[in-house]
Amino acid sequence: MFSFILRRLLQSVLVMAAVSALSFSLFNFVGDPVNNMVGQEASPEDRQNIRDALGLDDPILVQYVRFLGNAVQGDFGLSYRSKQDVSDMILERLPATLELVAVSAVIALVIGVVAGVYTGIRRDSWLSRSILSVSLVGVSLPTFIIGIGLIYLFAVYLRLLPSSGRAGVTDLGFWRTSFLTVDGWRAIILPALTLSLFQTTMILRLVRSEMLEVMRTDYIKFARARGLSDRAINFTHALRNTLVPVVTIIGLNIGGLIAFSIITETVFQWPGTGLLFIQAVEFADVPVMAAYLMFVALMFVIVNLIVDILYVSIDPRIRIGSS
Amino acid sequence: MDLLDIKNLDVVFPTRRGTVHAAQGVSLTVAPGEVLGLVGESGAGKSTIGNAIMDLLEPPGYVGAGEIVFQGTDLRTLDADQMRRVRGRKIGMIFQDPQTSLNPLLTIGEQLIESIRNSLDMTEADAKQRAIQMLGDVGITEAEARLKSYPHQFSGGMRQRVVIALALSGDPDLIIADEPTTALDVSIQKQILDLIKRLCRERQLGVILVTHDIGVIAEIADRVCVMYRGRVVETGQTAQVLGAPNHEYTKSLIAAVPRADMRLERFASVDYIEGGEAAGRKIDIRTHWLGAARADATEPEETLTVENLNLSFVLEKSFFKSKRRMLKAVDNVSFSIRQGETFGLVGESGSGKSTVARIVAGLYKQDSGTVRLLGRDVKGSWSDPAERDVRRRLQMIFQDPFSSLNARLTVMDIVAEPIRFHKLTSSEAETKQIVQDLLDHVGLGAQAAIRYPHEFSGGQRQRISIARALASRPRVLICDEPTSALDVSIQAQILNLLKDLQAELNLTMLFISHDLPVIRQMCDRVAVMKQGQIVELTETEALFDAPTHAYSQSLIAQMPRMDLLEPV
Repeated sequence: MFSFILRRLLQSVLVMAAVSALSFSLFNFVGDPVNNMVGQEASPEDRQNIRDALGLDDPILVQYVRFLGNAVQGDFGLSYRSKQDVSDMILERLPATLELVAVSAVIALVIGVVAGVYTGIRRDSWLSRSILSVSLVGVSLPTFIIGIGLIYLFAVYLRLLPSSGRAGVTDLGFWRTSFLTVDGWRAIILPALTLSLFQTTMILRLVRSEMLEVMRTDYIKFARARGLSDRAINFTHALRNTLVPVVTIIGLNIGGLIAFSIITETVFQWPGTGLLFIQAVEFADVPVMAAYLMFVALMFVIVNLIVDILYVSIDPRIRIGSS
Repeated sequence: MDLLDIKNLDVVFPTRRGTVHAAQGVSLTVAPGEVLGLVGESGAGKSTIGNAIMDLLEPPGYVGAGEIVFQGTDLRTLDADQMRRVRGRKIGMIFQDPQTSLNPLLTIGEQLIESIRNSLDMTEADAKQRAIQMLGDVGITEAEARLKSYPHQFSGGMRQRVVIALALSGDPDLIIADEPTTALDVSIQKQILDLIKRLCRERQLGVILVTHDIGVIAEIADRVCVMYRGRVVETGQTAQVLGAPNHEYTKSLIAAVPRADMRLERFASVDYIEGGEAAGRKIDIRTHWLGAARADATEPEETLTVENLNLSFVLEKSFFKSKRRMLKAVDNVSFSIRQGETFGLVGESGSGKSTVARIVAGLYKQDSGTVRLLGRDVKGSWSDPAERDVRRRLQMIFQDPFSSLNARLTVMDIVAEPIRFHKLTSSEAETKQIVQDLLDHVGLGAQAAIRYPHEFSGGQRQRISIARALASRPRVLICDEPTSALDVSIQAQILNLLKDLQAELNLTMLFISHDLPVIRQMCDRVAVMKQGQIVELTETEALFDAPTHAYSQSLIAQMPRMDLLEPV
């Protein structure tokens, strides 16, 4: 168990090293950083001074090691555009994104698993059929269309919910949350729903096909032959056996949620890291882009590490070697 | 009074091509303390009966007509909830494969306690006590500690004991055991059958034992029902049905059972069973292209020699050599097969017999030791043309006829592949002619060439495999459990075919099986394997008459007794 986690940790470090190399290469490939920082009127001397100050004339390797050393300490330098500290900018935006992702993940999980189990067990009922048809919409429509559609329906036509932005934020000092006010909740519903729709569908279809698979196994038939109740069979025996693949996909998808949040945040003008990234791309603000890349990769790695550990706790065959 | 009385049961499966009657007019009875054997080949409808009793038929199947009277109540009149209360509490069921019939994610204690509490309305603590007692009853030692174990931590036989404990957990009066020992080794089979018999006597249980294996019936059934195509064709006391069968089908079925007590030249030809040999024309294979290598004077007396073969698999990887756990799959194995001989390798699962075959066939690479084929050391290289030529002369027939044929190729392409690969003919027309002759000769008929494997039954597929193996004009055939996936009547046909081919082509065979009666019918000499080692190597008749090694003795002793069978 311990060596298993250690091995995973090592792999995570490798992944992060690769991503950091990629992020670092942004500095050299996305335009000339000095050009991005100063205006047309800067003199060659000024430019050279900046180059010296940033160490841009050092060998690539030295620059990379310096970048890495700073990154490990959470220092990604200053934004070219706003001259603010990049880490501060990301940390400031982080609660918005994480709360959005958390709410959508919960929506996707609850609806996806419940509907998946239902459609897996009662595969021929009219409700299952309609759920499956509707779920096709979730897979096939792009996020921004769904977002705009929801805005039109709930904000413009029904006037129930705000159309964009984050509201009702309470500052806890270290975290700015929108979970404590009604306004905050009202504002998060639409973007979270939009973001979760694709994931809900994925989880629903995955749980359903796994359920269908498991319901055909001998141990379910044996459980039935022992006279166990449907509830015990469906939940204690069947659902648990669908969890291993489901947890894997959910793990990957939470990473996906963070990545996809870029589009949702743009549509809803949600002040999260995704919006920050899009704005950084517009202005070729390389330090922000590099930091965002590293941040998303870190999220992916952490989530997958948790998934691996969950795996082991769900399935005893992984936990205890066969004897 | 009878415990169970089934009258004129019809089970219907509506399909696109019309309704299929999986059971038709089936009547049978079971008394308390009695084991009723329900025997038949695949598709005979014997499992359907068990599922119909339990109301667990796979949709769209349903009971069309008849009565299932259990302890005076017709089960068909009960609603779903009442029926659920019958399952487990009144009727228990045991399934074939202990690997798959337990939930892998729950400990056996959790599964037992859940079932006990469900059926008997006990407190957690009482249920636990009962679980421990049940495990003890079915012969699991240190029951209390084993409650915390997961199914994968038990061996196959132990797992089947757990399954039996689970089936008995609600204290039922009737047990339906559906092929309970088919997936188990012969020594374990004996233990499980004894256990079922003992529980049946002690608890006055009625047992319906569904099986395709006449040996199992002979071992424990008090009475037998023989099923054929959804109908019961014969019912009676075991000794009477097996010893003096009345119905033609029963007669041919029993004739096809390999005898462990004597060697026969051929299996009695089975006429009653359809879908077997097509009345195709036989070619004279001795003078045919396929038989051209038959009388090769240069063939050495010792066709295949294996010396000091060793192979280990890594069970648990580790960076440190001392921490690696290895399994010695083949441990210093040596034998030599004479020209034209059939050499048997027998042993239980995990004994390494298939691994030896795979090394000889070049599918695995040995750690050490030599394989000498037709006078030449085989090193496992395909680049050397001389070695390639020798290895062409060794072909293999695999166990599972369903996964050993490429489903996307026609039978023509499957059988022609070795000929084309080795460029054995000068023209495509010649290749096609040879394939057609071959298909005729193995009893499929030349018209099979344009069809695909899925259109054939298991036995027919095995014939395709044999044709493919013969296509490269081999001198040595390796048969790895060639009939263990087949029904007994089909098995008899395939074994006869192999015997004929061997005589016609003067082939040398390495024949691997866990089935001792089959070994007795097929092999001249035999090696008994246990844990990667050969423990006894002798003439086949000598092994059966007077085994010397203790392990061989126990194997022979555990074979189901067939004394009841009609004397030939």
